[in-house]
Amino acid sequence: MAKHSSAASPDRPSTAVQASPADDQSAGLAARGTGGQSRGNRSQVRRGPPIAFLLPAVVAVVGVVVLPAVVSLVYSFTNYDGFNPTHWVGLDNFRTALTDPQTRSSIVNTLKLAVFVLILQNVFGLALALALEKKFFGRSVLKVCFFLPVIISSVVVGYLWQYIYTPDGVLNRFLRLVHLGSLARPWLGDPHAALWAIGVVIVWQLSGYAMVIYAAGLQNVQSELIEAAALDGANRWQRLRYVKLPALAPAITINIALSLITCLRLFDQVVALTNGGPGYSTDTVSTVIYKQAFIQGRYALSAALSVILGVIVFVVVGAQVTVSRRAEAR
Amino acid sequence: MTLTTQARRSRSQFPAPRFTVKPSTVLGRGSLIVVWLVFMLPIYFLVVVSLKTPSQTASHPFSPPIEPRVRNYRDALNASSGTGSASFVQAFFNSVIITVVSVLILVIVGAMAGYYLGRTSSRFSTAVYLSFVAGIVVPLQLVIIPIYRVMDRLGLDGSRTGVIILYVGFLMPFSVFLFTSFVRALPVDFEEAAMLDGCGPVRAFVSVALPLLRPIVGTVAVLDAIAVWNDFFGQLVLLSGSGKETLPITVFSFAGQYTARYDLLGAGLVITIVPILILYLLLQRRVIEGFSSGVRG
Repeated sequence: MAKHSSAASPDRPSTAVQASPADDQSAGLAARGTGGQSRGNRSQVRRGPPIAFLLPAVVAVVGVVVLPAVVSLVYSFTNYDGFNPTHWVGLDNFRTALTDPQTRSSIVNTLKLAVFVLILQNVFGLALALALEKKFFGRSVLKVCFFLPVIISSVVVGYLWQYIYTPDGVLNRFLRLVHLGSLARPWLGDPHAALWAIGVVIVWQLSGYAMVIYAAGLQNVQSELIEAAALDGANRWQRLRYVKLPALAPAITINIALSLITCLRLFDQVVALTNGGPGYSTDTVSTVIYKQAFIQGRYALSAALSVILGVIVFVVVGAQVTVSRRAEAR
Repeated sequence: MTLTTQARRSRSQFPAPRFTVKPSTVLGRGSLIVVWLVFMLPIYFLVVVSLKTPSQTASHPFSPPIEPRVRNYRDALNASSGTGSASFVQAFFNSVIITVVSVLILVIVGAMAGYYLGRTSSRFSTAVYLSFVAGIVVPLQLVIIPIYRVMDRLGLDGSRTGVIILYVGFLMPFSVFLFTSFVRALPVDFEEAAMLDGCGPVRAFVSVALPLLRPIVGTVAVLDAIAVWNDFFGQLVLLSGSGKETLPITVFSFAGQYTARYDLLGAGLVITIVPILILYLLLQRRVIEGFSSGVRG
């Protein structure tokens, strides 16, 4: 039994091989896995973990991600709707997706929202991370507070802000109170304002996420570099630009990628806030995918849209990461 | 390393107690507090609206309630059983079951796969790893329709099991990615020592690697749990109308039925977020670290 304790305690690295009677027992135990090594053969063909370790995960991903994605792709070239006989329609669905006013505006809206949120979320996130960089009393409380909206369910966030945005709700009341009443409007009912109103909600919800990642990145910036720069007479802005920002490049890449992945699929908040209205002015690709499939039964069109969405996400994120990696290397 | 530690030590002297308060610091801190206040206002309004009657909210939307109307919460709880979907309480349990089971499977299966990919270097394992990474980006919307049809045909439509399967598969790439990164960073020495002493690779995994993986298990568990708990789209498609709805769907039905009744809706929303808020406040550092370290990897 002595061998068990040595196997389990990592404090004794590279123990010299000891030939002892106990070896017989552990060799027997080692033999149970995938075919035991004969205990005389100690030259190290280090056996890696058996492939059985990998299989369940692969099965899960193939079954839930790979196969359905392929099936969706196939659906998108047909007229599948669950009722009528299905046949191939080639690129019809894609043509519809790009010309139908609802779907087209949803693609545009999604892209607009993504850019809007991406920029604001990262600017606020970085500003907050910088503001909270040095320790001071109450710093972690602030951090916890700013991160709070990230973990609240998006549906809840959506309805909460729906309340704030009601025409006679707190936002408009406040604007009137400070004599900015001319700015008051039906935020969610105005086709021109609604999309940006939704964007603000997302920025509120997700800035904390960006902040946390930037904060972690800032911690890794070697303090002696900052001090050296300060000693050399660099002021705050110069320190920021020449020392911190370059060091934050990986964090920026990650934040942008995550932000894009999230924003391009926005669904929950849109449904809660406007359900795509008024009209189609706030529909995103995700809301249209849902509506077309599960309300109108047009599975094939929905599948085509989801393929378009998948392609957009892949291409955009892939391009962004590649460009960033190259920029980081410089 | 010495240079950094020296620098760190001298750095810690920077926020030494100052005898003069610089005006720029006051301005900076002051504006930070203002930003914080404005940022927290929505939460404040949520609590306030949930504790007033609609007419009180209409006349005095900003002020805290004079007599907090806790009845709203009882009314919301009762009302939620009549929405045609699960009540808040039932939905809570459904969410818990789905989250716990999904995360358990994700952690176990993901750790095993991550261990394999992290300890094996072959073209095959690299290809598989890259496929997993690519899988992270796939949107749920792309896979949901076929999954919905298959669940329907398998009789799993409207079942918690179906939803669990969805999340296990869908969140697996991300979880495996995290585990693999961490395993790769783990020195092989301990497992090698164990195997020199006669352990098989399985035992090396269980007795040696797993205990060392604890921090990343925590991270993966937290990230996956939050993703599953808060997901709306998947649960909406698979569980609506089944009687086994989860919290996001119940909120949705409730809001649909009690439109503009922000007193009830507010109470409902607060009820929904209190559990996760409590967990968050208890585990703050863990959660935040989980998010930041998980994506740094």
